[in-house]
Amino acid sequence: MALETAEKVATTDDAAPAVSFATDPTRYAHWHLSIDGVVATLTMDVDEHLGLRPGYAMKLNSYDLGVDIELHDAVQRLRFEHPEVACVIITSAKDRCFSAGANIGMLAQATHPWKVNFCKFTNETRLEIEDATANSGQTYIAAVNGAAAGGGYELALACDEILLIDDGSSAVSLPELPLLAVLPATGGLTRLGDKRHVRRDLADVFVTKSEGVKAPTALRWGLVDAAIARGQFDESVSARAASIAAQRSRPKAAPGVVLEPLAVSFGKDGIAYDHVSAVLDRSAGVVTLTIAGPADEAPNDAHEARSLGCKFWPLAVARELDDLILNLRTNELTLGTWVIRTAGDMRGVLDHDRFMLEHRETDWFVNEVELLVKRVLKRLDVTSRSLLASIEPGSCFGGLLLELALVCDEQFMLDGRMEDDERSAVIVVTESNLGVYPMGNALSRLESRFFGRASELDAVRVAVGDPLDAAAASELGLVTVIPDAIDWEDELRIALEQRTSFSPDALTAMEASLRFVGPETMESKIFGRLTAWQNWIFSRPNAIGPAGALRRYGSGQRAELSRERV
Amino acid sequence: MSLNADYTDRIPNNVDLRGDRRLQRALEAWQPRFMQWWRDLGPDLIARDVYLRTAISADRDGWAHFGHLPLEEYRWGIFLADREPDRRIPFGEHMGTEAWQQVPGEYRADLQRLLVVQGDTEPASVEQQRLLGFTAPSLYDLRNLFQVNVEEGRHLWAMVYLLHAFFGREGREQAEELLMRHSGSVDAPRILGAFNEPTRDWLAFFMFTYFTDRDGKFQLGTLAESGFDPLSRTCRFMLREEAHHMMVGTTGIDRVVRRTADLMREHDTDDIKRYGGIPLDIVQRYLNFHYSVSLDLFGGERSTNVANYFTAGLKGRWQEERRGDDHRLTDATAVVDVVVGGRIEQTAIPALTALNQDLRSEYFTDCNHGVRRWNRILEEAGVDQKLSLPHHGFNRRVGAFAGSSVTPGGALVDADAWARQQAEWLPTADDFDYVHSLMKPVFEPGRMAAWIAPPATGINGQPVDYEYVHLT
Ligand SMILES: [Fe+2]
Ligand SMILES: [Fe+2]
Repeated sequence: MALETAEKVATTDDAAPAVSFATDPTRYAHWHLSIDGVVATLTMDVDEHLGLRPGYAMKLNSYDLGVDIELHDAVQRLRFEHPEVACVIITSAKDRCFSAGANIGMLAQATHPWKVNFCKFTNETRLEIEDATANSGQTYIAAVNGAAAGGGYELALACDEILLIDDGSSAVSLPELPLLAVLPATGGLTRLGDKRHVRRDLADVFVTKSEGVKAPTALRWGLVDAAIARGQFDESVSARAASIAAQRSRPKAAPGVVLEPLAVSFGKDGIAYDHVSAVLDRSAGVVTLTIAGPADEAPNDAHEARSLGCKFWPLAVARELDDLILNLRTNELTLGTWVIRTAGDMRGVLDHDRFMLEHRETDWFVNEVELLVKRVLKRLDVTSRSLLASIEPGSCFGGLLLELALVCDEQFMLDGRMEDDERSAVIVVTESNLGVYPMGNALSRLESRFFGRASELDAVRVAVGDPLDAAAASELGLVTVIPDAIDWEDELRIALEQRTSFSPDALTAMEASLRFVGPETMESKIFGRLTAWQNWIFSRPNAIGPAGALRRYGSGQRAELSRERV
Repeated sequence: MSLNADYTDRIPNNVDLRGDRRLQRALEAWQPRFMQWWRDLGPDLIARDVYLRTAISADRDGWAHFGHLPLEEYRWGIFLADREPDRRIPFGEHMGTEAWQQVPGEYRADLQRLLVVQGDTEPASVEQQRLLGFTAPSLYDLRNLFQVNVEEGRHLWAMVYLLHAFFGREGREQAEELLMRHSGSVDAPRILGAFNEPTRDWLAFFMFTYFTDRDGKFQLGTLAESGFDPLSRTCRFMLREEAHHMMVGTTGIDRVVRRTADLMREHDTDDIKRYGGIPLDIVQRYLNFHYSVSLDLFGGERSTNVANYFTAGLKGRWQEERRGDDHRLTDATAVVDVVVGGRIEQTAIPALTALNQDLRSEYFTDCNHGVRRWNRILEEAGVDQKLSLPHHGFNRRVGAFAGSSVTPGGALVDADAWARQQAEWLPTADDFDYVHSLMKPVFEPGRMAAWIAPPATGINGQPVDYEYVHLT
């Protein structure tokens, strides 16, 4: 995904984003996607010369953000465009090498924010793979046909099954700690125990052993599901994929929905899609995101929704918002506060919301749209920006859009009316807010909000379907502050000015801590515990100091490690 | 430390195996597996006995003993060069400190990897050559083949000794696996690609022992500098055997070239096929192939691993101690080739990461000696054609030239143009068929196949027509 290939996205060249997430299989530089009936094969074949940035060669299927952007695109497209596919094989086109993981040269030259963002995105993509396996009837299996090191093995870990070639030399390994003085950063440490149930002491041996372990031991320790002789490998993988596919219930003949390129224009101070727009206030460090309600009526039946395809409003909004989040997160680091607004007809939003609820269990397409909305909301949950909801007259925070307000750290809602405006601000809670779009901690946003306060949650349940004005919403605990027309602008301005005056680091840490209450899941541990530790290491001299392991890697000089335990 | 081999042990050695019961048990458990491997994948042609040189001690004179014996009774043993008192690590960040007599924990994985990769090539070449005995051009050559084979087997022992003695349970597992991987096996191939192709004929065998064994010589030379003293001593001893293997290659090609030159002069033609010789252009194409794939064995122009090995003191440079620099190279740069925008250019990179290139250029110089020697033979015979080494970018799969099309002369051309001329540069199916057609065994003492001249002298002062091998 070289920068030059982003031209379809950018309509104004000068303001085009530094990194674009728009691609499609005809433009992949690093993957081949092939489909044979109900089985798809995603073959990693990284072109070492086409790194997203200059300065490193991606040998041995090592990867950078550009490689992962294509993977993300492929995983997404398979769900929508190929509903007939029930099993996806991830494998490698390289000889005796599956993947060497994230490219070290890239990591060594990358800034701290770039590393953190890169890891976050790759983590999200691995979770998308698991989501497809768990909820979309598309089971991913890793056909590890050569050495899988670090992120390469972690990619395999995101699959439901790992089939490792047994050729007497190919090993799986997580060599980050011994070789680079960092952690396997795409969920490896968490998945070893939580997903694969590898014994803790064996996991300890595994991650301190730079050369990793070969098939027989890997199988015994639970690091892989099968060890297959080289001569039988391809055949066994195909047989396994076919048998998995036979057990899954995908709509065999349903035509897919094509994900057309998004229409977007980039300006100096704004980004505009069809339904989603952002105004960038660089001097204030604030972005205002506005999500528009539907212009058209909700479809009458699922068939109609499918024929709308990527024009179906919830899908269009989710895709645009996803792209916007990724753009801002990667390219606009200093815009630290996002104000989230909606604008449009509440009735249209609620009609679509109801339509989704009615068909979610019976139609594969509606199910996919719902899952995508869920993932986009989760992406917001883990975004390191202060999120404030601004709920004004003419807004349409109802049902699935109300989730956007609940994602935010605080909610501002106008009490009463603005001058010269008949309308007042209302929000509507629906069944969608009661568990359809869970967070990474497996709770709904309302359950998280009212954690340990069952009676307050019950009161909200009773209000399902009611238009709630500021007073009612505040009474139910659904909004934070409800200034009236006189105070509104000042309140909002002061809140933003105060917010942007705080330390961005402290805010990120604070928000991430408060957003996820209650129980831990594998996902919350990956974005919480593992990521926090890794990010700490990423800022320590032992990794990134002039004589640190990451900096010295490739120079042939040994790292100088401080022996002090912190 | 007894320097002379202890032949009273089941495993001849100069490492005082008797004093180390644990190691002795481990090696004695491995020995039958090795013998089984030798029977399964060693030479296919069974001889009653062979006139072999056997290592019996590690001191400079008389380290070898000659006599007829069945291959299976060859005394595969463990020999290390003598220990230098107070040896210091000669390079890297530990330079000047005492050489390690044990494996430092920090470098266990790297050292083990180096041993396994080196160890894997030793039995691999035996496997590649297992069918050659049936088509030997003379008993003298058959004996040389077997000599090389048993010594490659001994080199495997040398690596296995290190794995058993210093790497614990894992080392023993790795030693087992050295016998489980097989050259050309679909399920468990040898680690390096070049060791998975069978050696198809005797010209290929001579080329292999000249070019590919020479890669082995240079790799061993860098390991002989290692700060891990047992590895250093092991490799220093192996280098003596390796020199003999290369002599087999050098003199083998000498004799092919001489025979070719004689036929060319005698019949006043380049086309000597009808007289049963190997035309010079086929020799050149074989040379092109074996030289280029051997260059690949040195790895990429830019390598982090080799830099780490050097800094850590595990693997030095060729003749490290004769180098006039600081032996640390932390700030030094070196120039390597890169292919950019359709041109071959030079770029400066940290010298540490350019060590593969450093070793490759030593290798090039060494290879050139042979070419000069063969050209002298041609000249003396009055033939004005010459052999030459192709450009180092020719036919490369590894490193800066991988994916580029470079002619033997060093011109960068497009892939189609290269493919059109490939038949002039690399052996063709016809070449292989022709050479194959010459491969008829000659087992009468003193007689030679028609495509090769007799050697100037025999082995260990014996005449050329000595019965070096008794066939059954
Ligand atoms: Fe050898
Ligand atoms: Fe050799």
